[in-house]
Amino acid sequence: MSANQQQFCTFFIKGLLFGVEVETVQEVIRRLDMTRVPLAPDVVAGLINLRGQIVTAIDLRRRLGVPDRLDSELPMNVVVRTADGAVSLLVDEIGDVVEVEDKDFEVAPDTLSKTSRELIRGVYKLNKELLLVLNTQRSVNIGVPGGPETN
Amino acid sequence: MDEFIQEFLIEGGELLDQLDRDFVEFEKNPNSKELVARIFRAVHTLKGTGGTIGLKKLESVNHVGESILSRMREGKLNVNAEITSALLRMIDVDRQLLAAVERTGEEGDMDLTEVIQSLTDILTAHDRVNKAASDEVQKTHAANLDLTGNILVQQQAVEPDAVANAVKSQCKDGPHRTDEILAASAEIQKQVVQDALPAQSESREDSISSNIRVDVNLLEKVMNLVGELVLARNQILQFTSTQKDPAFLNTAQRLNLITTELQEGVMKTRMQPIGNVWNKFPRIVRDLSNATGKSVRLEMEGSQTELDKTIIEAIKDPLTHIVRNSLDHGIEKPAEREAAGKPRQGLLFLRAFHEGGQVNIEISDDGAGLDLNAIKEKAIERGIVPSQQAANMSDRAIGNLIFMAGFSTAKQVTNISGRGVGMDVVRTNIEKIGGTVDVSSVRGRGTTLKIKIPLTLAIIPALIVTTGGERFAIPQVNLVELVRLEGKAAETGIESIQEASVYRLRGTLLPVIHLTRELKLARPVQGNHDSAINIVVLQADSRQFGLVVDGINDTEEIVVKPLSKQLRTVSCFAGATIMGDGKVALILDILGLAQRASLAGDSAGHRAEAKSGELVEEAEQRESWLLFRVGDRGKLAVPLSMVSRLEEFDSKSIERSGNRQVVQYRGEIMPLVSIADALQMANPAAREGSLQVVVHTAGGSSVGLIVDEILDIVDQHVSITREAENRHLLGSAVIQQHVTDLLNVPELISSITGNGGIA
Repeated sequence: MSANQQQFCTFFIKGLLFGVEVETVQEVIRRLDMTRVPLAPDVVAGLINLRGQIVTAIDLRRRLGVPDRLDSELPMNVVVRTADGAVSLLVDEIGDVVEVEDKDFEVAPDTLSKTSRELIRGVYKLNKELLLVLNTQRSVNIGVPGGPETN
Repeated sequence: MDEFIQEFLIEGGELLDQLDRDFVEFEKNPNSKELVARIFRAVHTLKGTGGTIGLKKLESVNHVGESILSRMREGKLNVNAEITSALLRMIDVDRQLLAAVERTGEEGDMDLTEVIQSLTDILTAHDRVNKAASDEVQKTHAANLDLTGNILVQQQAVEPDAVANAVKSQCKDGPHRTDEILAASAEIQKQVVQDALPAQSESREDSISSNIRVDVNLLEKVMNLVGELVLARNQILQFTSTQKDPAFLNTAQRLNLITTELQEGVMKTRMQPIGNVWNKFPRIVRDLSNATGKSVRLEMEGSQTELDKTIIEAIKDPLTHIVRNSLDHGIEKPAEREAAGKPRQGLLFLRAFHEGGQVNIEISDDGAGLDLNAIKEKAIERGIVPSQQAANMSDRAIGNLIFMAGFSTAKQVTNISGRGVGMDVVRTNIEKIGGTVDVSSVRGRGTTLKIKIPLTLAIIPALIVTTGGERFAIPQVNLVELVRLEGKAAETGIESIQEASVYRLRGTLLPVIHLTRELKLARPVQGNHDSAINIVVLQADSRQFGLVVDGINDTEEIVVKPLSKQLRTVSCFAGATIMGDGKVALILDILGLAQRASLAGDSAGHRAEAKSGELVEEAEQRESWLLFRVGDRGKLAVPLSMVSRLEEFDSKSIERSGNRQVVQYRGEIMPLVSIADALQMANPAAREGSLQVVVHTAGGSSVGLIVDEILDIVDQHVSITREAENRHLLGSAVIQQHVTDLLNVPELISSITGNGGIA
């Protein structure tokens, strides 16, 4: 892998292909029992027990402001390492690990919604589709000034 | 950083702490040979080891100190306050040097001339007096080297003179060992010396071999792993209920026992005696008494009481602040004390003991005590409590006002304390670790602060409850009792006054909140659910309240894990834990929950507006008022803090005693006051059937106020808008958009107890 190449762990949210840098991903888990947190911001899906470690799960659909999954559609947990410890991101489906080149990168187009533009760092133009690069740190910044409102 | 330096920093820190204590002790006990020897050795070690690892400044300053100490040890120099202060200053400098080394790896460019000069002055002043100064060096040297000799003397193997001679020749000939010289001079058999040597090394290593230093991070890690093991054990135990295999059950049982013991063992490694914090107080007390011109004796009891390390860290500053406060504001100057008929020397007494899974710490002084009137005035002036509420507060409640933010009654701000930040920080810090603090004081006699804190925070016993289909853990420390209402009691037990629910717990009104409602959880499907109501009676701050939950499961030892940053804004939860089945459960923060439901404390207060479901985010002072109706006279209100119970009496049970109406109530005779009569209302409603009575208890006796109808309890800031027309009224105010008369309860009561009652 040369200097101008990077690997992304990809996943789908409502048909769109998203990616986070492979190094930030701790693990991907199919399904875990989730404990709801009453009164928490609604992007917080709940708490999961990751081998004795309690990890907060954030529903990326809600974070991005797209409609919820149907009850029959079970999400996947992408556990990422952030500055404040591990956080699980709930996504629809897991994709491949893809290798991208710097020359294919472009900043997010202005036409995206405000929330999406805030959370998407940019776009890699792949052969058949577009890979949206998620800003992990911003995605988990909630319950703090600048994040979505808490109730 | 170099491993040697690292080790020296730890050892040096301990030596300095020890020195602080020894010096204060030594000042009281200037004849103790043992103490001065210990101090000498510590300073000698600091100088010697410091010099060896290249801390030249440390070496040079302690060198002068050592010279003074060596004269003191030989009884040539008598200790006085000046010398002690100079030596204590030297220790402070040592501490700063070590801190600098720890930070930067170097001693820094601190200017030591002044402290060295002050020490040297003492030395030269003494040496001028003492002409025999030239002997000193040799004697000091000898004193350093005669350890082997001492042991031999103790064993009566040689005569002291022989050792002295040997040491002299040692000084002359250079670094030969005492034993060799003694053996060479044939004063003693070589064998005896050999026997003496192990004794020497033994006495040195006794305290070392039984203790090792362990990295705190490693302990933390082991602690976490034990936490995991406890969870795994809980899971296995749950599994055993479905298993029949005896071998498996036996193994599970053994695992259970071992885990429990391991947990206890690891918890113990984190335990430290509270003396570790107290040890620095003698020095603080000494310095402060000197600075303020007071004379104070410090006594400590129970310094061996053990606490978790994290808790020890957390209470260090609050305790120090309290001690400083007691010295600065509590204990009077000797002349004032004498005038008050007390001994000139004040007493500061620290006591710690275990009780009911908690640690109690008491800090008492025999000083002036709290000036409750001054506190009350100040609190009103600063708007901490409204004046009409202050008039009715108990002494204890007034005393506890000192813990409110922005409070300080010290007439003079000193550089020790009294800036109005402090006691509120003390309380916040203590509450942060799940503790409580309370003050009691007798004017002129002294003040006692009582602190209660949990032993540990890592693993706590908790009650597991279910509500709205979710499990929650309630820390046992908050738990008072459990009440279960069945059958008819379940239907009528919880009474509601508009939106507020109350339960009569043994006659006292207990505010009740529904956990399901409070957390906005969906109601579970009704049906096979029994109709019983479970009330968990909890203590938050100084207030009790009931929490209605769907089910009560069990008590369990839980491992507390912090919540992630995303959830910190949710004030109802103190953390999370992993249950036996591997699922996560939230730990309720009882204080946060009470605050959310506007129940906490006498002072804090905002209440959820039930209609909008939003919190009223006002830190404004509010008070709860009980609204009632008498005859056709509009609404009346009394502060809820003055209501101890609401009762209903059959009108037939009312008796007369003299010209007073009374009723037999809880084994006593309670006078009744008709508010209608007191307010001289024209046509009091005819009273038949049952009477509604508001019971007010003050000074141990109760009085019942007869009203016609209890209307509501409201939480509102009340300002009096109209003057009173009657001496039994405080005035009128607008409550819930209605003009409401505020009853002056103390006035009303005194009018009946004072002049023999009203007809």
